[in-house]
This record gives sequence, structure tokens and C-alpha cells, in this order.
Amino acid sequence: MNARFHDFAHRLRANPGALFALAIIVALTALTVFGPRINPNGIETLDWLHMAAAPSLQSAHWFGTDRLGRDLYARTLEGARVSLSIGLVASAVSLLIGIGYGAVAGYVGGRTDHLMMRIIEILSGLPLIFFVIFLTVIFGRNESLLFFSIGAVGWLTMARIVRGQTLSIRRREFIEAAIASGAGTGRIIFKHVIPNVIGPVIVYATLTVPQIMMFESFLSFLGLGIQEPRASLGSLIADGAGEMEAAPWILLIPGGFLAALLLCLNIVGDGLRDALDAKES
Amino acid sequence: MLRYFLMRLGSAIPTLFIIVTIAFFLTRAAPGGPFDQEQTLPPEIMANLQAAYGLDQPILVQYGHYLGALLHGDFGPSFKYKDFTVTELIGQGFPVTLQLGAIALALALGAGIPAGTLAALRRHAAADYATMSLAVVGIAIPSFVVLPFLGLLFGIYLHWLPVAGWEPGSLRHLVLPVIALALPPLSVIARLVRASMLEVLGSHFIRTAFAKGLPLRTVILRHALRPALLPVAGYLAPAVASIMTGSLVVESIAGLPGIGRYLVQGALNRDYTLVLGMVILYSTLLIVMGLLVDLLYAWLDPRVALGR
Amino acid sequence: MGQTVSPTLSAPASPALSIRSLSVSFARREADIRAVQQVSLEVGPRECVGIVGESGSGKTQMFMAAMGLLPSNATPSGSVLFEGEELLAADARHLNRVRGSKLTMIFQDPMTSLTPHLQIGTQLAEVLVCHSHLSWSEARTAAHRMLDRVRVAEPARRLKQYPHELSGGLRQRVMIAMSLLCEPTLVIADEPTTALDVTIQAEILDLLRAMRDEAGMALVLISHDLAAVAGIADRIVVMYAGRIIESGATAELLRQPRHPYSAALINCIPTVSGPLLARLPTLPGQPPQPGDSIEGCAFAPRCPRAAERCRIERPPLQDVGSAAQVACHFPLST
Repeated sequence: MNARFHDFAHRLRANPGALFALAIIVALTALTVFGPRINPNGIETLDWLHMAAAPSLQSAHWFGTDRLGRDLYARTLEGARVSLSIGLVASAVSLLIGIGYGAVAGYVGGRTDHLMMRIIEILSGLPLIFFVIFLTVIFGRNESLLFFSIGAVGWLTMARIVRGQTLSIRRREFIEAAIASGAGTGRIIFKHVIPNVIGPVIVYATLTVPQIMMFESFLSFLGLGIQEPRASLGSLIADGAGEMEAAPWILLIPGGFLAALLLCLNIVGDGLRDALDAKES
Repeated sequence: MLRYFLMRLGSAIPTLFIIVTIAFFLTRAAPGGPFDQEQTLPPEIMANLQAAYGLDQPILVQYGHYLGALLHGDFGPSFKYKDFTVTELIGQGFPVTLQLGAIALALALGAGIPAGTLAALRRHAAADYATMSLAVVGIAIPSFVVLPFLGLLFGIYLHWLPVAGWEPGSLRHLVLPVIALALPPLSVIARLVRASMLEVLGSHFIRTAFAKGLPLRTVILRHALRPALLPVAGYLAPAVASIMTGSLVVESIAGLPGIGRYLVQGALNRDYTLVLGMVILYSTLLIVMGLLVDLLYAWLDPRVALGR
Repeated sequence: MGQTVSPTLSAPASPALSIRSLSVSFARREADIRAVQQVSLEVGPRECVGIVGESGSGKTQMFMAAMGLLPSNATPSGSVLFEGEELLAADARHLNRVRGSKLTMIFQDPMTSLTPHLQIGTQLAEVLVCHSHLSWSEARTAAHRMLDRVRVAEPARRLKQYPHELSGGLRQRVMIAMSLLCEPTLVIADEPTTALDVTIQAEILDLLRAMRDEAGMALVLISHDLAAVAGIADRIVVMYAGRIIESGATAELLRQPRHPYSAALINCIPTVSGPLLARLPTLPGQPPQPGDSIEGCAFAPRCPRAAERCRIERPPLQDVGSAAQVACHFPLST
């Protein structure tokens, strides 16, 4: 196990792009957490004197203000915080669901597995946004709906990956040894299957976070997600798109933030996946 | 081949039927009605409205009416846009969306496949790294960020292209939206093709083709391309889904009068018939895409059609 | 280094293929692998040369280099002249003019060597369209004729079929047909029968012999099976660990092999006549891996006659008798 990790870490270290991206993610996240302490403007405070002001390091509004005079620095960081937290929490939830689902399907096998995979196949084919829109029509705009639908995004891929890994591991000798020694199914899944599956899970988890963040921003952009006065990067971008000609920074700053986060998360995820694949082959 | 197609068609129709049924009953079963958003109306007027839209009938009767109307292509009236039926709204908006989506798909394929092929042929060279880096950007950054950026750059600063708006028959207004819409699937296709082409180029039959003294162009186009495109065929349905999803946002930003816009509005306004109609439309499209993809698979790999 | 192995037929005409000091090495992370080391060989215009060796002996890579089919991490050095023109590092246009028309190759895996989504007829005809500039219908007619020549039944039907609809033996016939379409000067057959049933093997070998007699081209037959080669080759070249260790006229080599390895190979051939053996004779040990660096004679570890000198000093390839060569310090005496 240790040798594999060594190989993996070595390959990852040899990927300067991924490491750079990782550094950016850490920096941006740190900014999100510690940023407001540096320039404490409220996210809802209206500054009548400086509406739609351009960014300037001299003024009190480093990133400028929006149409209503709200400080963009504070709002962008808040939006980033919301997007990141939703991304992480929803990823964690869909991860758990996906791992559980996949492990069971892969371990039990047979017709149960077949059925479970068919369900995933069908669900994968549906564009989730239509499902969300449909639910919105029925139940109205609702934050729990938002969380539910976002959680529904990530677990499919994870379930597939985990099932594949479980299937291949199940056939190996040490599982047979465990079964022979009388260990129960549940115990086997927890103590033997899951630790061996951890590698690909981490890789795809890293790729799930930007996927979920993108979906949440998408919903917020359309007005189906996070609503006023709270901000998410998606809703900020929606605001900015409307002011593009007169005050482009209202779009550029949250847009750039989101783009940077998503891009770097994807690069890191790809890097992890390449390091993993090279090891497997 | 024909038998294969008919078989697939046969299984598609029940699927569609199930979707329509589930969707219908879900909308009717939802709490609250389409008129809840209006100011409170006196009960007699409410009752009249209900009767006019047929909402006072038992649900199975409503279902029957709906199906019957459906077969005539009638999706019912829009609850929000009082003067229009859903069918009319679809008729207005669908051609725009279809144009947008079709061109985007064509671009994704037309640029993605050559890009991936080039990257595979120039493996580990500058062209490869450049293409793949662009692909990561295309996949990571969502269209609702890309389009405003493009609009800012090409529309407002460079004045080359219009930022938003639409004139029938105008292609200039479609350029930026199409690019933003095509970028994610284009990037995925490029990556798929690169990986697939690399694998195919290592095959024995490609070695034979080179041994026959065929020029590189012929080997790629006649021998390598079709098997290399198999994963792309598998990605087509998700690509269309991605374009459908993206069109919602792109139409909103660019002010294009397509049905994507109606769908979002319909959700926010709780316009049942409109959303129901849209869902059916999109599902039909996806199912048709699925059928076409199956046919495509059979053509790309003759073994499939012969039932192997 | 290394003497050139000359044709036995005293042909005044220049050789079809002339390989001089060819080496092929593959780049690997730890160390380069030298698959072919300083090999020199000539094939006369109507000659049939059998190349025999175990896997890893370099027999296939040699001709992959000649055909320009080496992967990108392989580096050939030396010289390969075909009809007097250099093939190694030739430009793509020249290489493509030669291969597929005058210099053709038949591969060992008919199951995977044909393009699955193209009709047989297309794959045959394109050779003629490309090289002889025939029209597609003319080319298909010629392909039809060629399928007749290689004794494929119902050629018209076969032309329209796809590779997976043909048996292994039939596919190999198609490959042979493909190699003969442009009247080549030299055909290289790389283990053409290895992947086929034993009964089909004989048929394919017969076909190759018949085609060669009819068309009069030179033929190189690569195989690990000495018996397969013996029936058809004028001359046999034995390779081991990337080098030629013996060569000579077929009849002579079979009757009196000089290198212990050749003798062992011949010994391994089961015969119908002769005493019934309880156990088939085998050659003990394994050939060296392509990556190993070897001091002295590569065969020494497995050689019953090996002496100290063999482990230190590599025996050079030397002429013995008329048009025969051996690389051994203690060759078997005649």
C-alpha cells in the first residue's frame, strides 16, 4: 500500500500545473475565509455615495460596488464562501451516497447489481436541470429543493467508480480469505473493500466538487438557487451580466473568481487522475 | 439494419409514454395551483377559471383529455401567457433554439474531432499541450461565465460582434452564443478523440495500412477515424443534453427568443402546461437522439448491426 | 562488423534487399533495449530466405525497421538498401512508394490485421488505386482475379464481406493476396502461420510456395518453427539475442548444423519416422531478455559445449565452407 502511495505522490509532484492550481485554490480559499477581516464592509450595506463605483485600491471599495452601492469585495468573498461550502458539503453527501450505493452493488453483484446499474444509467441520461425546473414548478422556489437537487448531481459517477473497484477487489484472494474466516458481509465491506477503494474515490471526489459548484452556480444564475439578499457566485454573475456595458467589473470579478476556482479544481482533479491511472496500468 | 432500428423505436415509444404520464400526474399532484400567485380572487372567478382550464374535472379525465390533445400536437394553453397556447409558444421559440443547438453541435463535432486527431498525431508536442490545455478550460468554465466574457471582449471592447439581441436570419447574433454553447462539448470531444485515436493508431490493422504504403491522410480518414469515433458516438446524447442545458442560460444572456427562456420563466411562474410541454419536448428530443446514436454505432462498427 | 551473408544462388543481379550493420534499440526509462545488434543480410532477387529464432531474437524487428514500421521510441541505425535505395530515414513519400507495392509484408495475426469496418474488396483495391493508379472498379476486378489466384472460393462474395465474416485461414489468404497485387520484388512473411490451426498452416505454406514459384519474387519467411521454414526456404538464417549466429543453404544446415543452438532446434523437431520417444526433446533454459546486456556468447548459459572463453568473448560471425556462416568458438565439426 505504501509503495503505491509513494509512486502516486511522485507522479503528482512531477505535475507542475496541478501543483500550481492547488496553490491557487488554497490562496483563494484563504482569501474567502480571512478576506473580510481585512476590509470589513457588510454585504448588504448600501453606499449611496458610491453606486456602481469602479474598483480601486485607494477607496474603501477595493473591488468596486454594484448598482445598489453594495461592496463587491465583501459580496464576492461571501459568494465564494457560499459556493465553496455548498460545493464541499454537497460533494461530501453525494460521495457518501455514491460510495454506499456502489459498494453494495459491486459486492452483492448478480441481479441486484444489474438493477442498480440500470437505475444509474437511466438517471445519467436525464439532464438534471429539467428535473430541477420541474420540481420548481411543482413546489415553488425552495432552498431544501436546491440542496436536494444539488446532492443528486454528484453521486452517479462515484457510485459507478466504487462499484467497478469493488467488483475487481471482490474477486481477489484476501476477500475470499476473509469470507472463509467467517467475517460478515457488512464487516467485509467496511474493513476490506472500502480502504482499497479510497484511491479512485479521492480522485473523483476532487472532480465532483467543481461539478457541483458549477451546477449550483448555474441554478443561482437562473434565479432558481440562492436568492437575495444572500449571494452566491452564480447570482453575482447574473447581476454582473446585466451591467456589463456600464460596469464590467461587477461581472468580471465574481466571474473570474468562479472561473479560477473551477479551472484549478479541474486541473488538480485531472492531475490526480493521471497520477492514479499511470499507477494502475 | 432496418429490423434493428424498428426494435429500438419500439422500446422508445413506451419510454416516452411513461415520461408523459409521470410528468402529468406530478404536476397535477403538486400542492398549490397555477393561480396561487395571482392576487386572491373571489371564489366564483376562481371556479370559472378552473372550469375554463378544465381543472375541475376528475384527474383521470384531465389525463385523458391531455393525451388526446397531445396526439393532435396540442399542449394546452399557457397559464401565464394568457393569449398563447403552449403549442404556439413552442412554434415561435423552437426554431431559434434548434438553430442555436444544431450549429453548436456541428461546431463541437467539426472542431473537436480534428483537434483531438491533431493532438494525437502530434503527441507530446506543442500542438498537443495547447489543445489539451484549452480543452480543460472549455470543460471547467461554465457557459454563463464564458458568454459574458466573450461579449465583453468581442462586443463591447472590440465592437466586432453584437452582444445580445436577435434578428431573424441574422447569423452575427448567433456567433458568440454558439461558441459559448459549443465550448464544453467541443472540449470533451477533443479529449475523447485524442485518447481514442492514440489507441487506434496502435492497432494491428493500422500497421497493415501503413505497410501498404498508404499516405497518412488516407490511413487516418479511411482506416483510423471510424473506430476512433466510437466513444464520440457514446458521448453524443450527453452532448445534446449539455447543449440543451446550456441553451437555457445562453438564450437568457444573449436575449435570444428561444424556448429555453420560456422554460426558465415557466418554472418561476409555475406555468404547468408550459413546463409540461417543454419537458415532453426535450424528452422526445433526447430519445430521438438516443435512436440516432444507436444507428450511428451500427454504421461505425458493422459487427453491431449484424447482431454480434 | 560482421560479414555479409551472401546468397547461395550465384546471381549476378544485385540483391533485392541489402541490410548492413543494422541495429535497432528501444528507449526505455532505465536503459535502452537493443533488439537487433549489427545484423547484415542480403536477399537475392528470387531467393527465399528463412529467418528462424525464438521470440526476442530480433527477427521481426529487423524487418519492421526495413518497412519503416518501428514505433516512435525505436532508433534504427545502419543501412537497409532496397533495390539499391536507402530505406532507413527515407522520406515518407519514397517509403510509401516502395512499401505496399514492391516491398510488402504479411503479418502474423490475421484476426486483427485487417480493418474491421471496411470491406475486403476495398482493402484490396485501395492498394492498386494508391500505387498503380487504377480506378476503383478496375482495382476491384484485379482484386477479384487475385483472390482466385490465392484460391479463395467465391471471390465475388468475399469481396463484399467484412473481415470478421472470414475464418483465420481465409483472412491470411487475403493478406497474401494484398501483398502480391503490385507484383512485388520482395515479400516479407512474419510468422504467417503461427496464429492458425495446424491443418491450415500447411495450406498457407503451400500457397506461399506456389505464389513464389509463379510470381518469381523474393521471399523472406520469419518463423520460430524451423520445420515450417525448412520446406520452403533456399537458405536459412538463425538468429539469437539480436544477432545472426548461423546461416547456410537449407539442406546443408539441416543435415549438418554447425552452431549448437541450430543443432538443438533441429533436434526438437518431432519426426514421424525414427524411434518413438517417451518425451519430446526440448531446449533447456530461456533466451536472454531483450534488455539484458550480455558478455560473451549469448547462448553460453544454455550451451552444452560452453567453455570459459565463451563466457568472456563473443564469437564473431565467420564464413565457413561455401556461403555458410557461424558465430561460435567451438562449432560442431562436419
